Amino acid sequence: MYNEMFSDDRSVRGPYEKVAEWISAAGVDLLKLRQSEAEAIFRKIGITFAVYGEGGDPERLIPFDLIPRVFGASEWRKLSRGIKQRSRALNAFLYDVYHRGEILRAGIIPEELVYQNEAFLPEMIGVDPPGRVYSHIVGVDIVRTDGDKFQVLEDNCRTPSGVSYMLENREIMMRMFPQLFHAGIVESVDSYPSMLKKTLEEVAPIKCDDDPTVVLLTPGSLNSAYYEHSFLADLMGIELVEPQDLFIDNGLCWMRTTRGPQRVDVIYRRIDDTYIDPLAFKADSLLGVPGLFSVYRSGGVTLCSAPGAGVADDKAIYVFVPDMIKFYLGEKPILENVQTWRCSAPDDCKYVLENLKDLVVKRVHGSGGYGMLIGPHATKKEVDAFRAKIKANPSEFIAQPTLDLSTAPILGEAGIEDRHVDFRPYCLVGKEIRLTPGGLTRVALKKGSLVVNSSQGGGVKDTWILAD
Amino acid sequence: MLSRTAENMFWMGRYMERADATARLIEMGYRMAMLPGSNELEEWRSVAAASGSAPDIAEATRLNAGSVVQRLLLDPDNPSSIRSCLTSARANGRAIRTALTQDMWEALNDGWRSLGQMDAETALKNLPSLLEWTKNRTAAFRGASEISLLRNDGYFFLRMGGLIERADMTLRLLDVKYYVLLPETDVVGGGRDYHQWTSVLRATSALRAYHHVYKGDYTPWGIADFLILNATFPRSVSYCYRAIKRFLDDLGELYGENSAPQLIAGEMVDRLDTLEIEELFQSGLHQFISDAIDTTRQLSHEISKAYHF
Repeated sequence: MYNEMFSDDRSVRGPYEKVAEWISAAGVDLLKLRQSEAEAIFRKIGITFAVYGEGGDPERLIPFDLIPRVFGASEWRKLSRGIKQRSRALNAFLYDVYHRGEILRAGIIPEELVYQNEAFLPEMIGVDPPGRVYSHIVGVDIVRTDGDKFQVLEDNCRTPSGVSYMLENREIMMRMFPQLFHAGIVESVDSYPSMLKKTLEEVAPIKCDDDPTVVLLTPGSLNSAYYEHSFLADLMGIELVEPQDLFIDNGLCWMRTTRGPQRVDVIYRRIDDTYIDPLAFKADSLLGVPGLFSVYRSGGVTLCSAPGAGVADDKAIYVFVPDMIKFYLGEKPILENVQTWRCSAPDDCKYVLENLKDLVVKRVHGSGGYGMLIGPHATKKEVDAFRAKIKANPSEFIAQPTLDLSTAPILGEAGIEDRHVDFRPYCLVGKEIRLTPGGLTRVALKKGSLVVNSSQGGGVKDTWILAD
Repeated sequence: MLSRTAENMFWMGRYMERADATARLIEMGYRMAMLPGSNELEEWRSVAAASGSAPDIAEATRLNAGSVVQRLLLDPDNPSSIRSCLTSARANGRAIRTALTQDMWEALNDGWRSLGQMDAETALKNLPSLLEWTKNRTAAFRGASEISLLRNDGYFFLRMGGLIERADMTLRLLDVKYYVLLPETDVVGGGRDYHQWTSVLRATSALRAYHHVYKGDYTPWGIADFLILNATFPRSVSYCYRAIKRFLDDLGELYGENSAPQLIAGEMVDRLDTLEIEELFQSGLHQFISDAIDTTRQLSHEISKAYHF
């Protein structure tokens, strides 16, 4: 198991020197006190996160751990190249499957995985999104399994959330421990909102003939990520709109304002595909703007991400991302995938069923850490139940080896303790590809747990990329 | 600005003002009930009536501090209770987070749950500090808006909401006190109830200010003059309407067109400017108050119509 802070002889690794100094100078007791102060600040600012179906407090806090997770400059250089490469390939793939489907014709990806995929939208065939960009914000979930080994766990091409924590975690660390940042050793994450805005402006629709008006579309204040929606809209200085604020007239999209209708050019939407437009997709949806999709198709407005972008982050498609990189970019993948067995392939399925005890099994379309099996931690009963499910519907599942995720220090009950972490950077794709030096580190707060999802008791940390 | 944003700003302003005014009202009842010779039942009855949200208990034969505090401070089902006002204002603010500054949001968000679990008995025991707390919350919010919010349409809607609510509260208080205290029109101006008239000043936090202007001479017409026509006292009808008019003018200038509510507010300001208090008493104070309450309601309606919310 790779410990991010300590090497095998318990000496502190290079990137963590500053953090180690700080911990020993401040002492664990003081840090614990500061941790509860941090929580009070989060509550006061109102950064909360609701979890569907859990009941209880609708405005819950995600636990924040004070001790930063650190990447050295050279580690980041490699990661950064790998993330950008992946984002380019995923967008190329999306353009391809909604046009000629070359990668399918070449026999690299089985057709049915794409065309029969729930996230594949036939309505998008032949549509040309500005700049051929489908996924404007790509969240790549990365784990570290050894010193120089980073592996991608999954891609998020729709509307990955969590970037507000990247910004707020840093904000709170700088507010509470300004001295840590004095020497300028940590790369700033401040530029994210302006880069996001620039990215969105770059994909203005063809019918836009002035400076584009960008808005952020939220389902509303009851949505679990509402805080993030409002936070980002605020930092970009754009309107935060709800579906009822928008309407279609004369082939264009407008918002209702105190001065009458105002034209909207680019919509950063945080609403799922099928809820965008009840005329095009879910007819019984109460959300959505009737007619929006046809305006999009005719170049009257840009939707970010494009409808149908989800087909690229499906767990069954994930397996083929390294092939996409080779096929579209002619490059060698910089970041590895985790070995994955697709239960829809008979040989893979056989292997999975025989080795359930050692594997992690996930639903192809699932997310958020729900409905998965972690073989080594499961009871015999749970394993058997899953075996039956896989047999009944093999194409619904994939399996991966139980990964030896790296650990990072947290401030626990007993002082400094090690917990498993992952990492999600946010790559922006417009005319250019941009990547803020940072991301969201999620940490499994339960001892030994490998599940970092906030819906399952995970927490977050500030993530430092050290300056060169 | 989005119409929905304008609407939320407007109502956020109204709810915060209502929470503040209700706290002052309860404070008045509480203070008055403690004075020797006071009729506690009557005090709480007029508090309930002036709040406008508890007509049933205002009529009740048995009424005490507990039931008023429950209804006006804690009751989640009464949309005008302090608890509901603070919760609604926060919900308005949360729905338009981007239109608020960080300072404003923190003022709205800080401690909004604290009335949630409280029972009437505890609230009654801590009544002075709870009312103080409420006034502090609303003052903090107002202060945060003053020093951090851009002076554009959002600010205008926020302030207009607050001012309309304030004018309405002052008018309703006068309406109730007028009726309750002086049921027979011929004794109007008879100066028979010093206590009751000073209570009106208390409820509008005007006691000291009144002293400065009228040198301690409590008369019904002096008090009515102060609360209706005095353009310098920030809770007077005149002050509120002048300010509303100014914000409507600013909005008209910003948007490059005049609006219907501008006319309504303008007429009211002109009327208040030319009125003398003696004249007002002669022609019927109560009629004037009722008309002004209607005009204020209509103004609020016209604002939402003119700006599409």
